[in-house]
Amino acid sequence: MAVVFERPKALLDVSTHYCPGCTHGIIHRILCEVIDEMGIEGDAIGVCPVGCSVMAYDYFACDMIEAPHGRAPAVATGVKRSNPDKFVFTYQGDGDLAAIGTAETVHAATRGENIVVIFVNNGTYGMTGGQMAPTTLPGQVTQTTPYGRDPKIQGYPVRVCEMLSTLDGTALAQRVAVDSVPHIKEAKKAIRKAFENQKDKKGFSIVEVLSTCPTNWGLSPIEAIERLRNEVIPYYPLGVYKDKEGENND
Amino acid sequence: MEKMSVIFDRCKGCGLCVSACPKKIVELNKEKRNAKGYFPAHCIDQDACISCAMCATMCPDCAIIINK
Amino acid sequence: MERKLMKGNEALAEAAIRAGCKCFFGYPITPQTEISAYLAKNFAKAGGLFLQAESEIAAINMVLGASSTGTRVMTSSSSPGISLKSEGISYIAGSDLPAVIINVQRGGPGLGGIQPSQADYWQATKALGHGDFQLLVYAPASVQEMVDMVVKAFDKADEYRMPAMILADGFLGQMMEPIEFPEIKAEQVEKPWAANGHGGKRAHNIINSLYLKPEQLEKNVFERYERYEKIKATEADAEMYLTDDAEITLVAYGATARVVKSAVNMAREQGIKAGLVRPKTLWPFPVKQINEAAKSAEKFLVVEMSMGQMIDDVKLAINCSKPVEFMGRTGGMIMKPVEVLEEIKKIGGKK
Repeated sequence: MAVVFERPKALLDVSTHYCPGCTHGIIHRILCEVIDEMGIEGDAIGVCPVGCSVMAYDYFACDMIEAPHGRAPAVATGVKRSNPDKFVFTYQGDGDLAAIGTAETVHAATRGENIVVIFVNNGTYGMTGGQMAPTTLPGQVTQTTPYGRDPKIQGYPVRVCEMLSTLDGTALAQRVAVDSVPHIKEAKKAIRKAFENQKDKKGFSIVEVLSTCPTNWGLSPIEAIERLRNEVIPYYPLGVYKDKEGENND
Repeated sequence: MEKMSVIFDRCKGCGLCVSACPKKIVELNKEKRNAKGYFPAHCIDQDACISCAMCATMCPDCAIIINK
Repeated sequence: MERKLMKGNEALAEAAIRAGCKCFFGYPITPQTEISAYLAKNFAKAGGLFLQAESEIAAINMVLGASSTGTRVMTSSSSPGISLKSEGISYIAGSDLPAVIINVQRGGPGLGGIQPSQADYWQATKALGHGDFQLLVYAPASVQEMVDMVVKAFDKADEYRMPAMILADGFLGQMMEPIEFPEIKAEQVEKPWAANGHGGKRAHNIINSLYLKPEQLEKNVFERYERYEKIKATEADAEMYLTDDAEITLVAYGATARVVKSAVNMAREQGIKAGLVRPKTLWPFPVKQINEAAKSAEKFLVVEMSMGQMIDDVKLAINCSKPVEFMGRTGGMIMKPVEVLEEIKKIGGKK
């Protein structure tokens, strides 16, 4: 018998701090599978956010930098501009990317910063205990929207891929999910495409991954997957919002 | 060698593999707790396993190794 | 050595290029814009990268990113912009990264004004962000020192793995003086800690300021403070002007020190034994030099373009063993030499 499935080498052989059923682990793994398949671990530099994935630097085998909250795209800009031949990616949650780091995100995209952004959207601030995120759905109960998010009071969720797709510097804006095996395979393909874009100097590539937070959603891991499928995906339709094929940033 | 094996202490007993298995042969073993206090998953019928790796693909903790 | 007539801000920018700076990230703010403009025009030709960021916050984080890879990098701003950068500066210090940060000070608080000021002394030396950390703070008093100190700041920031600041002011930035560019030694320190891709040759490097275990964080801070002790012992620097026999010793830095020096000369002409200690480093503060002056000084007079910020460090340096008086203007106003002379005479007679 031969091994047909095991941990990618770019993902260090350690236990993560994530809660049971948290899909960060799946996203970490497919990202590392892409790094392995492209053989770029030695040339990759990752930037972690502040949030649940703040300690991702302990999990990825490539060089890692921990950025202040929301600033990962700016940090990655500094990394990429000083090392244009390296593969630079950020790994950010929704609070980090779409609230405190909105300016950094939008401007990295519009500059066509040749980086990959993995945007994990689970609609809540996980690390701080489940507060309202910019992507929290209308009606969703969180610690800071105990009666459900009311658009009249807290406004509406941000649809990041749609927003960034309007910018000329964005090469790829694709929304995927990790609720099923086919969707995970699709997500991995999108991440691969984002890294290929960087290799081809196409510009800013963002892959938004709809994810779960069983703990702060107050659901079991399986119920959380069902909610992702039945409530979240309909609000944030999956698909390619921008794909700058054939263009070159040189 | 088993087709589906679980790294006992890495598993957090979330059950996503259980729901992913097309053969319905993955279960959480409620009789054995691991060092973290979870009930790890296990394959209850190795012969029926088709090594499709759907369980491993859903596993957030890289706790499953698949052989064919 | 080549001699040139240059504006302070432009001379500083040129010196940064010559010092091996490879990246500059900035955001426009008066009165430091000539630094950005000069680099936008000349940096690419010299193989450097100039990028205008979307905010000061983004700029300092781009600095963090470039520095993490071992690249010599600089940013420049003025008072309100430095406040915005303070988050990133704390992270840079907490991640033990070198970086050069220019503050061409203007009046505050708030939007304040755009005229020269020294009211960011506390911010630079005591509280440039949250947490236990320090910056190397250099205080130029001439265009030549804008040049020399930026070169030194890059070397020392690398040597000690910490951010270094040039605390200038609008006068020095705008003033034109003849300068000479020093010979720059080509070799720079090795940076085995840099996150620039491990290339399969080593374990991954992590640039980070997060330590969730308190004992680990304390150890980390302790180590940093051991380094600070070494820096205090070796890097503190000041110009001693006529202090050997001075009975009244003035303490001033930056553009203010130029005014004070004129006042000291005028006082000497009138037979008053005045002298000047001009700190060239504000952190570490030149404690030894102040105490040296205290041997003859009966009184100190601290002169600042602020409401009195450095005065605390002077008092602490001599442990309040002598009277320390203060004279200051603020809001962009600067004192005239005759006004300082009057103050010398006034407090000189006070017992």
